[in-house]
Amino acid sequence: MSAITPEMVREHGLSADEYARALAILGREPNLTELGIFSAMWSEHCSYKSSKRWLRTLPTEAPWVICGPGENAGVVDIGEGLACIFKMESHNHPSFIEPYQGAATGVGGILRDVFTMGARPVASLNALRFGAPAHPKTRHLVAGVVAGIGGYGNCVGVPTLGGECTFHAAYDGNILVNAMTVGVADAARIFYSAAAGVGLSVVYVGSKTGRDGIHGATMASAEFASDSEAKRPTVQVGDPFTEKLLLEACLELMATDAIVAIQDMGAAGLTCSTFEMASKGGVGIELDLDRVPMREDGMSAYELMLSESQERMLMVLRPGGEAEARRVFEKWELDFAVIGRTTDTGRLVLRQNGTPIAELPVDPLAEAAPEYDRPWIPAPGVAVIPPAAVPAPDDPLQALERLLGCPDLASKRWIWEQYDQTVMADTVQGPGGDAAVVRVHGTAKALAITSDCTPRYCAADAREGARQAVAEAWRNLTAVGAKPLAITDNLNLGNPERPEIMGQLVGCVEGIRDACLALDFPVVSGNVSLYNETDGAAIPPTPTIGAVGLIEDATGACTLAFKAAGEAVVLIGTTAGHLGASLYLREIASAEDGAPPPVDLAAEKRNGDFVRAEIAAGRISACHDVSDGGLLVALAEMALAGDIGAEIAVPEDAPPAHAWLFGEDQGRYLASTADAETVLEGARAARVPAMVIGLTGGGRLTVGGRHAISIAHLRAAHEDWMPRYMSAP
Amino acid sequence: MKAVVHVTLKSGVLDPQGKAVRHALGALGFDGVGDVRQGKYLEIDLAENDPDRARESVEDMCKRLLANTVIEDYVIEIAG
Amino acid sequence: MRAAVIVFPGSNCDRDIQVALRRAAGAPPVMVWHKETSLPAVDLIVLPGGFSYGDYLRCGAMAAHSPVVAEVAARARKGVPVLGICNGFQVLTETGLLPGVLMRNAQLRFVCRTQHLSVETTQSLFTGLYRPGEVIAMPIAHMDGSYFADDDTLRSLRDEDRIAFRYCDARGEGGADANPNGSRDRIAGILNGRRNVLGLMPHPERHADALLGGVDGAALFEGLVRALAA
Repeated sequence: MSAITPEMVREHGLSADEYARALAILGREPNLTELGIFSAMWSEHCSYKSSKRWLRTLPTEAPWVICGPGENAGVVDIGEGLACIFKMESHNHPSFIEPYQGAATGVGGILRDVFTMGARPVASLNALRFGAPAHPKTRHLVAGVVAGIGGYGNCVGVPTLGGECTFHAAYDGNILVNAMTVGVADAARIFYSAAAGVGLSVVYVGSKTGRDGIHGATMASAEFASDSEAKRPTVQVGDPFTEKLLLEACLELMATDAIVAIQDMGAAGLTCSTFEMASKGGVGIELDLDRVPMREDGMSAYELMLSESQERMLMVLRPGGEAEARRVFEKWELDFAVIGRTTDTGRLVLRQNGTPIAELPVDPLAEAAPEYDRPWIPAPGVAVIPPAAVPAPDDPLQALERLLGCPDLASKRWIWEQYDQTVMADTVQGPGGDAAVVRVHGTAKALAITSDCTPRYCAADAREGARQAVAEAWRNLTAVGAKPLAITDNLNLGNPERPEIMGQLVGCVEGIRDACLALDFPVVSGNVSLYNETDGAAIPPTPTIGAVGLIEDATGACTLAFKAAGEAVVLIGTTAGHLGASLYLREIASAEDGAPPPVDLAAEKRNGDFVRAEIAAGRISACHDVSDGGLLVALAEMALAGDIGAEIAVPEDAPPAHAWLFGEDQGRYLASTADAETVLEGARAARVPAMVIGLTGGGRLTVGGRHAISIAHLRAAHEDWMPRYMSAP
Repeated sequence: MKAVVHVTLKSGVLDPQGKAVRHALGALGFDGVGDVRQGKYLEIDLAENDPDRARESVEDMCKRLLANTVIEDYVIEIAG
Repeated sequence: MRAAVIVFPGSNCDRDIQVALRRAAGAPPVMVWHKETSLPAVDLIVLPGGFSYGDYLRCGAMAAHSPVVAEVAARARKGVPVLGICNGFQVLTETGLLPGVLMRNAQLRFVCRTQHLSVETTQSLFTGLYRPGEVIAMPIAHMDGSYFADDDTLRSLRDEDRIAFRYCDARGEGGADANPNGSRDRIAGILNGRRNVLGLMPHPERHADALLGGVDGAALFEGLVRALAA
């Protein structure tokens, strides 16, 4: 009689084919523990089985890339013997079910990914997508997610420097919480997960193991049904205090030579981390489960292997490194246990109460995991909407006021103020600018960090939207004066078993590839979150791009705030007045159709390289990329930040005035300068379109001499929405 | 034996968390909710078997660590 | 000036204060792990910001019972200057070196912003380089910074000129928006009776470098260096 029934196989998320493959690998029927391990390892979350063949096509190399995708995080060289290590990862499903803990453990996980590799985390960002503000759950989710991010990051003591926060009904049933952390390490001391050597100690450190989140990885790989709130017990609880101790203990031990390999226990806990270390190192591992530090009595092997208790790490130590490691972890009052050793058998062997209870070959499971070429269909084309087809407002400044106060553009101060932005005393620019800027501690350099995606573009055209997301990230780094280095991509999509969703995934990857190649902007890490749909309604494809750039002289970083009156406002880039899929179209004209603005990557590069050089030359006093809401919104944001107004004129040979003011044509920047002549001359020489559109000064924004609005009035509109929304009952 | 300790804010000390809970209960339609005060609840396992000595020891714990007597009161229950 | 910085499990501003002290004093402070039972001979002891013991139970409560804190208290009683910033202030009230207590912010949310403060007394080792009534700005970042003390305590703080800093607006006034956390009497920092212990919620060490947006905090450290050299 078989112990494993077809129901059990199904409940573990394995298809009949996959189960057959498991039987073939084992040459026998698995027991329950082994079935659980197969299930976790071959879940979408751990195996990337639907996306792998596409992700492989992304550009991942550049002379400054030290380590691309495949490790806990990506690594790039930033000079002076230092490396920047970063990654973005989703915690969407857990955050929907229990927003505080879901978001908090998302932050904890991404921090661990970064310090596991030897870096001290220096900044975090979060890209948040919520449902419509009017949806009954949204306010509660916003409050919980923001408090959770702050609660965790603030306690660990890593500044959280904003990110993105937008709202749309398409996320009502599936919010997105994408957390990014950036760290800095000694380039000669990067730690990897490959366990090399036989007979070495496998060591468990951090918190004890409880029954938290058993099967979180399979949950993240299945669609929601609306009863999923009943799945609450699988949510893990974060302990940021222990994380802080683990961070300090790991960095202290990493300064010695004790560690051969280290891997954080994230999704599918002990299972995934053990296989990863064994498989990458080409070794086997034997674990004695009785030695795993446990929080609860009577935990089964199944529970121990699949628990997602947080703040735990697995390490392989050099012979003789054990005493040093024990000393460090005991100093920080963390659990430390030798739970196994590496072997030359190529097998994972688990023992409990002295008897072997599971035995699995490592490579077939980890590397020969299923990989699918799922059927896909390209998204249907969306028609371009000509500017003249979109109604003009009576007064463009009233439209501006509405845009600045709409949920997507309204000030997110209510959120940032719950994040410690200044801990570590290296924050040069916090939230609210184009990119966050943090000094590289002890040097004159700084890192610029941004996160970008415009879901309404991706909903209309995943490929163009993904190109745009990469281009905007590149542009945001450029706008603060940074040289863009590399990106981490966090693809959030619906159910890949549906060909149209798979088509979106393919579109996202193709778009990212295009843009990364054109902008010399490789992908060094990433994450894919699939099955973001509830009762058949999928989110729009949301390829969030986290990006990092380098500023050689932190004092030269540019901000978007106007600095002085009487300076020329220069528009860089071409304005065709593209209003399709724009914020103006949605918020003012109440329509959500049309193709997104096309991205001309060659022009993007030319314009950006020019802007960066002008910033470096000190000729630009303020700079801002032109994105959501178009030129007038960008102008208003510069005025609000500097508390200095401006007067601009709409050029006569332009597209219709409202399209010129609110169009979202790509590859554009607004800049202020005291030396417009030299800037325009340089632009001509570089074949970059540039024109003076007005002058800074006064306390108002004036357009074409006819319409005016005070900065104070705009500020009130901009600042009012979020606190008012959050304080409503 | 086991000790249970309730730590609450002294009356007169502003309790913003309690106030927020009261407000939220009102918003949920629970009428007639008066003052709400939040506090902490701790369960402590003790090796001690003598109830008097146990109480004395927990009393000391409360004064030295578990409660801040500037703003907090505590109540101790000793359960067999 | 020779300074010691006490490091508790969960301290996270220890490096920040180390940098600020090194910049002001020209020499790095001694970093002292909380389990030490003795302290080197120093001119200043700093309890840094952070989340000692995760802020579990009550902010600062468990750190106040660390072995080294008994020695800090003994030194304070002998007159050695002690500075507690943010979590360090919470530890100082938990030890009883400063009166009152820091409660959950009135709005029940963590608050991080650049906050205006008025310098309420320049009669201390810590505030001598400021002008009386000067309006300065420093970052705040805390969940539990609402200063509470009973009326008698508040009266004696006022009567004895022991309020070092108050929260205020840009003009130095106290309107509805000037108090970020509901502190009684807008108190941001206080001195002990002997005036050698200062606790404050704002972070002077985060505004001690022009690149980071302000230098108003540097005057506190530079003032200490001068006062202690004299």
